[in-house]
Amino acid sequence: METFLGLEYSTWWFLVVGGVFSGYAILDGFDLGAGAWHLFLKKEKSRRIALNAIGPVWDGNEVWLVIGGGALFAGFPDVYATVFSAMYIPFILFLVMLIFRAVSIEFRSKENMNWWRKSWDRAYSFSSILLAFLLGVVLGNILLGMPIGADKEFSGSWLSFINPYAILVGFCSLTLFMMHGAIYLIMKTEGRLYQKMAILARRAIIAFIVIFAITTIYTLIYLPHLSDKFKSNQWLFIVPLLAMLSIANIPRLVTKRKYVQSFVFSALTIALLLIVVAIELYPVMIISTIDPAYSLTVQNASSSEKSLEIMLIFAAIGVPLVAIYTTFVFWTFRGKVTLDDHSY
Amino acid sequence: MDVEILSRLQFALTISFHYIYPPLSIGLGLIMVIMEGLYLRTGDKQYEDLARFWTRIFAVTFGIGVATGIVMEFEFGTNWATYSRYVGDIFGSALAAEGIFAFALESGFLGVLLFGWDRVKPAVHFIATVGVWLGSMFSAIWIVVANSWQQTPAGYHIVGTGMEARAEITDFWAMVFNPSSVERLSHVWLGSFLAGAFLVMSVHAWYLLHGRFGDISKKAFRIALLVAVVSSLAQLFAGHKSAEVVAEHQPAKLAALEGHYDSLGVADMYLIGWVDKENKKVTGIRIPGGLSFLTGFDFKTRVKGLDYFGEEDRPSAVNAIFQFYHIMVAIGMALIAISLAGLYYWWRGTLFEKRWLLWGFVGAVLLPQIANQAGWFAAEMGRQPWVVYGHLRTSDALSKSVTANHVLFSIILFTIIYIFLFTLFVYMMNKKIQHGPVSGELMDDRPRQKDMTKKITD
Repeated sequence: METFLGLEYSTWWFLVVGGVFSGYAILDGFDLGAGAWHLFLKKEKSRRIALNAIGPVWDGNEVWLVIGGGALFAGFPDVYATVFSAMYIPFILFLVMLIFRAVSIEFRSKENMNWWRKSWDRAYSFSSILLAFLLGVVLGNILLGMPIGADKEFSGSWLSFINPYAILVGFCSLTLFMMHGAIYLIMKTEGRLYQKMAILARRAIIAFIVIFAITTIYTLIYLPHLSDKFKSNQWLFIVPLLAMLSIANIPRLVTKRKYVQSFVFSALTIALLLIVVAIELYPVMIISTIDPAYSLTVQNASSSEKSLEIMLIFAAIGVPLVAIYTTFVFWTFRGKVTLDDHSY
Repeated sequence: MDVEILSRLQFALTISFHYIYPPLSIGLGLIMVIMEGLYLRTGDKQYEDLARFWTRIFAVTFGIGVATGIVMEFEFGTNWATYSRYVGDIFGSALAAEGIFAFALESGFLGVLLFGWDRVKPAVHFIATVGVWLGSMFSAIWIVVANSWQQTPAGYHIVGTGMEARAEITDFWAMVFNPSSVERLSHVWLGSFLAGAFLVMSVHAWYLLHGRFGDISKKAFRIALLVAVVSSLAQLFAGHKSAEVVAEHQPAKLAALEGHYDSLGVADMYLIGWVDKENKKVTGIRIPGGLSFLTGFDFKTRVKGLDYFGEEDRPSAVNAIFQFYHIMVAIGMALIAISLAGLYYWWRGTLFEKRWLLWGFVGAVLLPQIANQAGWFAAEMGRQPWVVYGHLRTSDALSKSVTANHVLFSIILFTIIYIFLFTLFVYMMNKKIQHGPVSGELMDDRPRQKDMTKKITD
């Protein structure tokens, strides 16, 4: 096994995939969250401002999903193939919602008719809510594991993906993104809308903390295998501890009206929670509920060393580039939203 | 119906629909770069109006392209899991490279392109336009590389046997520059430029015919016409090069393209024809020995026919492949003819008076689209029964855990949504086109003197 700085290439790629999906959760997280709030805003102008707050960036945010999908396909073809074919129906629904959402954003403001805008507003908001929820459902099922045989194929029914734990994690991701999105909207708005979002953000924080606490307790009671790593290595406890502190810091900063900092901490919270998940699973990526020996791991599901090496070079060149133009775009559209001829 | 037919049907549906948009983005991107570049050079406000107008149209095509493109990326995993395991090492890395080097560039700068007109300096905006266009060009590179590898695999070795087998990279650059990628990439790029150029010409010809936005439309039309002339002529060579690669590396596909059955006989070339699969004959207008000549520069060259291959190792839908291929070629010729006609009358100085020609350009917008689709259908159906030529059969590439009902469900869903999406697309395009490049009718300079005289004297 080839290594770099003491870690195998496949582990490096696991970090890359994890990093890209964290980036996706942080970036698309706020625009999905903003979309989930859409129907809570009643005035036409408020809705347009909220939409244009994510206008120039949502498409770039979604790119992280495309890169993540490609990175998973390239580095861990077995995981990509098994999970995507196993979760056929959820993923098809996910894709359909993704299309609906993109189309709603694009078309909503193109006509003045009341019914036109109302219908697109609903489509936009429901698809945002469902996407945020489905992402959590997928994560919940990955934490639970699924029946995978020796041939690396899924042998269950897709209906098993609808289970209490997955639904709980779904609500967890929904409230987390709504909190994240509300804070983003506060940063981008002024006046009445700003005040309204500040109130909604506080509600979202409470909802998230409650659901997150329930999810944590549920996990500790019913899925004890998900805390083995933390039990065997006390030093790792620092990660969930940091996550808790980060969560606790959000309401503190929101109360102090330090919204930029609170946005940073809600982003950090998303990243830390995903790191907790990664630590728990590694080196397993998909747990087999038939026999742990059949689980798909970073080693048995990865591409060849050669392929991983090439892609790590790609990532080393490409990720800084992506970071540069993402920063450039966010810098160009910094500050409060103003509507002009080009707005949605 | 079984999972294989349904999955192939779904793939054909989703990829055909998707492929309406990326070529438009690539082609329009090029023309936007030229327009905005001319604006920066000359300071002529009309070029800026044009660039802004086509950016608005571009936004619609790009948006639908992205939404339908994500479907494609997920579909390999959902419907073709065995294929994904087999090619992940190679196909996956091309797809990942596309995401990180091309798509990120494209979507990153898109925000500035669409919303940044009044926020950044003109030169910075121009960089964003170029960035988006280059991103779309790079996207094409990686996608065509990945597909070309399936047609003419190179730089790999097969590890494992039976259902455990998979292809792994041995030489990355040999994989990227596999025998068909350069030829097919230039073919795809040129096809995209044609799609963009003919859309621009169609819209501006329509304005000219209706006496709207006269001056500005002439400018746009000339730019697009030049792109069309160069691309359609270059396409003749690129297309021929692609065919040569097929002749060398995919003999069964070549035989299907011309309906050539005789296992080691002289092969004809058809201008138009119909393949009778039962009697293994083609009826139509042909150049005897034409295909032989193209492959060996001798009318007597022996070309491997379909019968040279076992029934299970050659494509079965021969007539369909034949027809798609010939439609593409015929349209390619028609595009050259109409582009050159435009150039000729431009040179004569009467281009914008030839109403019949302008009407021809209005309708010609569909031609590159049909040719692009037909060409891909010929290429992909001609590769059958293989998904990776010579290595993995399409029937072995499916997802084992997906049932026919699942696929039927998703096909119905995608069909409904894509019909809806297409309706919206046409509606939005029509609205934007009706609105035109400049607000108000300030640019409306009808009726022009010459037209009036012509109408009176007619």
